[in-house]
Amino acid sequence: QKVSVEVLQHLEHLALVDFRDAEGVQRLQKAIQFADQLHEVNTDGVEPMDSVLEDRWCLYLREDDVTEGNCTKELLENAREKVEEYFVAPPGNIPLPKLEEQETFLQGS
Amino acid sequence: AALNGGLRSQVSAALKEGRVAPTELCQRCLALIKSTKFLNAYITIAEETALKQAEESEERYKRGSQPLGILDGIPIAVKDNFNTAGIETTCASNMLKGYISPYNATVVQKLLDQGAVLLGKTNLDEFAMGSGSTDGVFGPVRNPWSYSKQYKEKSVPKPHPEDEESSWVITGGSSGGSAAAVASFTCFAALGSDTGGSTRNPAAHCGVVGLKPTYGLISRHGLIPLVNSMDVPGILTRCVDDAAVLLGSLAGHDPKDSTTIQDDFKPFELPNLADVSKLSIGIPKEYHAPGLSSEILALWSKAADLFKNAGAKVVEVSLPHTPYSIVCYHVLCTAEVASNMARFDGLEYGHRSDMKDSTESLYAATRREGFNDVVRGRILSGNYFLLKQNYEKYFVKAQKVRRLIANDFVKVFRSGVDILLTPTTLRDAAPYTEFIQEDNRTRSAQDDILTQAANMAGLPAISVPTALSERGLPIGLQFIGRSFQEKQLLTVAKWFEKQVQFPLIQLEEVKRHDSDVFQHQKSASFS
Repeated sequence: QKVSVEVLQHLEHLALVDFRDAEGVQRLQKAIQFADQLHEVNTDGVEPMDSVLEDRWCLYLREDDVTEGNCTKELLENAREKVEEYFVAPPGNIPLPKLEEQETFLQGS
Repeated sequence: AALNGGLRSQVSAALKEGRVAPTELCQRCLALIKSTKFLNAYITIAEETALKQAEESEERYKRGSQPLGILDGIPIAVKDNFNTAGIETTCASNMLKGYISPYNATVVQKLLDQGAVLLGKTNLDEFAMGSGSTDGVFGPVRNPWSYSKQYKEKSVPKPHPEDEESSWVITGGSSGGSAAAVASFTCFAALGSDTGGSTRNPAAHCGVVGLKPTYGLISRHGLIPLVNSMDVPGILTRCVDDAAVLLGSLAGHDPKDSTTIQDDFKPFELPNLADVSKLSIGIPKEYHAPGLSSEILALWSKAADLFKNAGAKVVEVSLPHTPYSIVCYHVLCTAEVASNMARFDGLEYGHRSDMKDSTESLYAATRREGFNDVVRGRILSGNYFLLKQNYEKYFVKAQKVRRLIANDFVKVFRSGVDILLTPTTLRDAAPYTEFIQEDNRTRSAQDDILTQAANMAGLPAISVPTALSERGLPIGLQFIGRSFQEKQLLTVAKWFEKQVQFPLIQLEEVKRHDSDVFQHQKSASFS
C-alpha cells in the first residue's frame, strides 16, 4: 500500500527534513517494501536485542561529581549567531506552513 | 624503503637508530599527498601542526629519552568523522563545513599522546553513509590501484587519454579516503569507522588490512555517530602486525564512552603461528551470496584449502539468518540515524540557514541545505519505522531479528569453530562510471551483505588482502572472530597474510595530460 499524504506530511514535520520531490517519496516507498521482508522471519518468543553487550555489562551510573566543564567560550565558537552566552534562535511555537499553504508536489502524487 | 616497512620491526627501529628522522618521514608523506592529490583521499591536510608534531618527536628521539611508544613520529591519517581539536571536521557534508572541533576524539587523543603525527582528515561518503566513498560533498575518492601497473596491464588500451581518465575505479566505502591514503603510502596507518563494513570494504578494494574491532573495545567518544549500537572505530594498515600495534594503542575502557567494557586490555604482539593443526575454521555457506563473483568464490575456496592442507580443521557451517542481516540493518540503521541526525539544527554548530521566520523553519531549511539526498532519505525512512503505528512492526521486529543473527554466531562458535573465513566483497572494485549507475541505498544493500552481520553481532572482523583479480585489482578475504578475541583473530590473519604474499602496488607516474581534467574536482585540502 502507498503511504498516505497525511503520513508523509507528518514525517516531514517530525524529521524537519523534506522529501523534496516525487523521487524522495518513491525512495521511502522502496525502503518500506524492502523492510517488509523482515516479516518473513519467525521471531516468536524472541526478545528484542538492544545491545550486543547485554550480558557483559550493565549501564553503570557514576557519582554525580562535576568532572569537566567551564568551556563556554569553546562551545560558542562554532555557533553562527549568539548573544553573550546564548545561542540565538528565531521565535518558536510557530507551526510550519500547512499543506494547503505549501506549494507542494505531494498533492500531485 | 622506510615507507614500506612494518611499524614495529622496521619503521620504529629506523627512527630509534636515527636512520630516518620524524620530520623527514612527515615531509615525505606530505609531498606524496600533494603529488597524489588526484586521488582526492584527503579533505584537510594539517601541514603546520603535523610538522610541529614531527619536530617534537624528533626532539624526543634526539635527546635519547624514551620515545612515547612505537607510534612516536609515525604519520597517520584520520577519517573526517572523528573530532580533531582545532582542525575542521566535515563528515564530507555541507552541514559541517567550517566546523572546527573543540576537542579530540578519544582515539585521536590516544594517538597524539603516543607521539603520532596527524597528517590530515580523509574523505568519505557523506556522514559515512555509503559503500563507495563517492557521495561526499568533496567528490569521490579514486582507488590508487587505478594507477597501478597491475591494473593498467590488464585494461584494454584506450584510444584517447580522456577515456583513460574515466576508467578509474572506486575505493569502496565509506572509509575510502583512509584506505586510499594507506594504499598510496601517504601515511602508515589510518583510522576509519565501521558500521556495516565501512572499514573492511575499502580495505579489500584498496589492498590493505582493515580491522573492525569488537564493539565495546575501542572508545567511540568523538566519533560522530551513525548507529550507536553498531559503530566502531576501524583500523587500516599495510600489514596485520601494524593493525595489532594500532589496536594496542587504542583499545581500553574510556569513562567518556559508557559502551566500552571495563575489563583491562593488554596490548599484545602477534606470535608467528607455525602450527595451525589445532585451529578450526568455519566456512559459512550463506556467504556464498547471490552476486558473488566466480573469481572470489574460487579464491575463497583456495584459501580454505590452504588451511586444510596446513592441517587445520575446515568445516562448513550455517548462519541461517544471514540473508536477513541487510534488511535488519536497513531498519535499525535508519532508525538510529533519524535520532542521531536530529542534533543538526544550525544553532550550536555547523551550517545555519538564513531563514528567520521561526525555529522550526530554520531547522527545516538548515537540514534541507545541509544534508544530501542519501542522508535525508535515511532520516525520513528511520522516522517512518519509529512512528507509533510502525514501532513494533519494524523497529522491535528488527531488534528481534538482530538477536537471531547474533545467536547464529554464538551457536557456531560454541560448536568448536574458532574463526570464520568469508569473502569481504562480492567483486573487485568497480569503475566509477559503472558504480554510480545505481543509487546509494541499492549499492549499500548489495555491498554490505558480507560485512554487515559482524556489526550486527558486535564481533571482530578483519579483511586481509589476498590476491589480484583478473583485472589486476585487489581482492580481500575476511576473518570473523569471537568477541574480544582479537589476538587469536589477528594471529590467524597474520599467518594467512604470510601464506598469500599479496603483491606490492606498483604505482605509475601519472601523466597529467591536461590540468583541465582535474579542475572539476573540488580541491578541498588546504595546508
